[in-house]
Amino acid sequence: MASVLEIRDLHVSYRSREGVLCPALNGVSFGLIPGEILGVLGESGSGKSTLAVSLVRLLPGNGEIIRGAVHFEGKDLLQAKLEELQQIRGRRISLIFQEPSLALHPTMRAGEQVRQVLAAHSSQGKSGLNEGTRQVFAEVFPEEVDRILRSYPHQLSGGQRQRVLIAQAIVCGPSVVIADEPTASLDPATQMEILGVFRTLRERLGLAMIFITHNPALLSGFADRVMVLYGGQVVECGPAETVLASPRHPYTKALFQSIPAVSNGRGSSRKTRLPVIPGDSSQSSLPRGGCPFEPKCTERMDICRAREPALVHLGESHVVSCLKYEN
Amino acid sequence: MKIEASGSGQNMQPLLKVENLLKRYAKGSLTGAREELLALDGVSFTIFPGTTLAVVGESGSGKSTLASCLACLESPTTGNIWFEGKDIVKLGERARRQVRPQIQLIFQDPASSLNPRWSVLEILVEPLILQRKFKHEEMKQRANFLLVRVGLSPDIVEQLPTELSGGQRQRLAIARALSLEPKLLILDEALSALDCSVQAQIANLLMELQSSLGMTYLFITHDLAMAAYLADEIAVMNRGRIVEQGPAEKILKQPQHETTLRLLAAVPRITRAALPAVEQ
Repeated sequence: MASVLEIRDLHVSYRSREGVLCPALNGVSFGLIPGEILGVLGESGSGKSTLAVSLVRLLPGNGEIIRGAVHFEGKDLLQAKLEELQQIRGRRISLIFQEPSLALHPTMRAGEQVRQVLAAHSSQGKSGLNEGTRQVFAEVFPEEVDRILRSYPHQLSGGQRQRVLIAQAIVCGPSVVIADEPTASLDPATQMEILGVFRTLRERLGLAMIFITHNPALLSGFADRVMVLYGGQVVECGPAETVLASPRHPYTKALFQSIPAVSNGRGSSRKTRLPVIPGDSSQSSLPRGGCPFEPKCTERMDICRAREPALVHLGESHVVSCLKYEN
Repeated sequence: MKIEASGSGQNMQPLLKVENLLKRYAKGSLTGAREELLALDGVSFTIFPGTTLAVVGESGSGKSTLASCLACLESPTTGNIWFEGKDIVKLGERARRQVRPQIQLIFQDPASSLNPRWSVLEILVEPLILQRKFKHEEMKQRANFLLVRVGLSPDIVEQLPTELSGGQRQRLAIARALSLEPKLLILDEALSALDCSVQAQIANLLMELQSSLGMTYLFITHDLAMAAYLADEIAVMNRGRIVEQGPAEKILKQPQHETTLRLLAAVPRITRAALPAVEQ
C-alpha cells in the first residue's frame, strides 16, 4: 500500500554553544501506511523526540535538518514554504506531547482550547465551530461531555487532560498523528485507557499514528509495527509481534531483558541482578564509522568497529541493522 | 492490619512501625463549601531492618502522602509512627531534627529535585553542612566516597546536574540521600521517570546498597513488576487504605483484592516466550 508519510534518509543535528554540530538523527528512513500504528521505541538520546518535531519542522533554534526528505500528500515538507506548512501542522498532521498539564492553557476552559484549534483551520461560523468541538469531545469523552467542555485543566485528572490534547489533535481530521510519550506521566491503568482511546480512533477515523515511547511493553498488543532507534539510527523495524517476541538486534534484546517480568518475584533469599546495558544511551559518544551500539554490545565482532551495518531483511518486513546478519 | 516479620527480621526490633495513620486535608472551595479529603485512612504496617516494603497503588491512593508523613514533612492527623521505638509524631521540633537525617526521601524526577545552579559537590555537601558535624576537608572526602559508592566518577564534582544524564542524576540523588547515613530510604516513584535500561541499573544499585549497607527501603510505585522485583513485602493501597499486604511472591501469585488484580492487569508486558534466557 502507498505510504501516507514517507521519510527518506533524514539527518538532523543540533549546534552546541561552541558551534559544533552534534548529530541526533543519522539517516532515518521509513514509511507510514494509512491507518497503521507505528511504535517508535528509543531511550533518552536515541533521537526519538527529534524525529517527532523534525517531521513538521518544529525543531528548536539550534536544530538543523542536514538532509533528507519527508513526503506527505505530494509535497516534501522539508522544502515546503512556511505558509504551506502552517496549513498542514495541526490540520493534516498533528502532534501530541508528553506533559498534558504543560500543554494546556491553565485559565482557559477545555472546550475553548479545542475550539480555537478548529477555528484556526476552518472558515465555519460560530455554531459550526461549537458543533465540531462538541462532536470531537463526544468522541474522546463518551460520558460527561458537557462538564468537561466547561472545565478548566486543573479540574481534570491527568487522563482527562490527555484526552483533551487528543481532542485538539483530531479536531481538524488529520491523517497522521504523532504522539511523543503521550502516556509517560500517567499511572498504568490510565495509560491503558489512553491506548484504548487511540485504538478506537484509529478504527473509527482511519488515522495513521506514530507512537513514540521508551517503554516496549506499552507497544505490545497496541502497535502494528515497531521501529527501534539507537544513537539516531534505525536498528530494527518489523511487525510488532515479531520484534517484541523475538527481537534480533543485540540492543533490542538487551533492552527487553532489562525489564523485570511480573512473574520474577524476588522472594526473601534470592537476590538476582537485572541484566543491564552498561552506561547511559544518552551519554554515548557515538563511534564514527562503526555500529553505534558496538561499544556496549555483548555480541560484538571485530568488523563492527570498522564499518557501519546496513539494513538487512530478515523477513518480508522485518529489517535489522547488525553485521551479524550480513553475509 | 498487621503483618508478620519476613525472612531474617524475625527476631529483630522493627525499624519502623506505623499504627493507624490518618491524614485529613481540608479541601476549601471558592463557594465556601468545606469538604474534607481523607488521604490516609488508618494505615498500619511494620518494616524490619534490611528489608524492603513496596507500597503500590494508583494515582490518588495516598502513597505520596504516606511518604511525606514518614519523612516528617507533614504531620498525620492521628496515628503513631514508631521509628526505632520512638514515636516521631509526638516529638518536638528539636528532637525531630535528630530523627530526620535518618529517614531520607528520593523523588521521582531527579531533574527537579536537584538545584540546577549547584555543582555536584555543592549538592552532596549541603546535608553535611547543615548537620555541622564535619570539617571542610572531611566533607570533600565524603563526597568523593559517596560518588564512588553509587557508581559515579569523582571527576564530575564540578559539573552541574543539567550536564548529567537522567540515570546519573538519580544516582546523585541517591548519593545525597546516603550522605547522612540514613537508616530508612523512602523511594517515591524513584524509578518511574527513567528509561527501562537505566531503571534496571538503578534497581541493581539499590539492591547492592541494601546488601552492603543493610539499608531499609520503603519503595513507593505504581509498577507492580518492579515492586515484586525489589521488595520482600508488598502493600497495596486504595483510597488511603492498605487493602492487601503480604510477601511479594504471594501478592503476585494469589492476588485477592480487586485493586491488586487491576494493578496486575495494567502492568504492560511483552510476550516473553521467545526471549532468550537471561545470562549472568
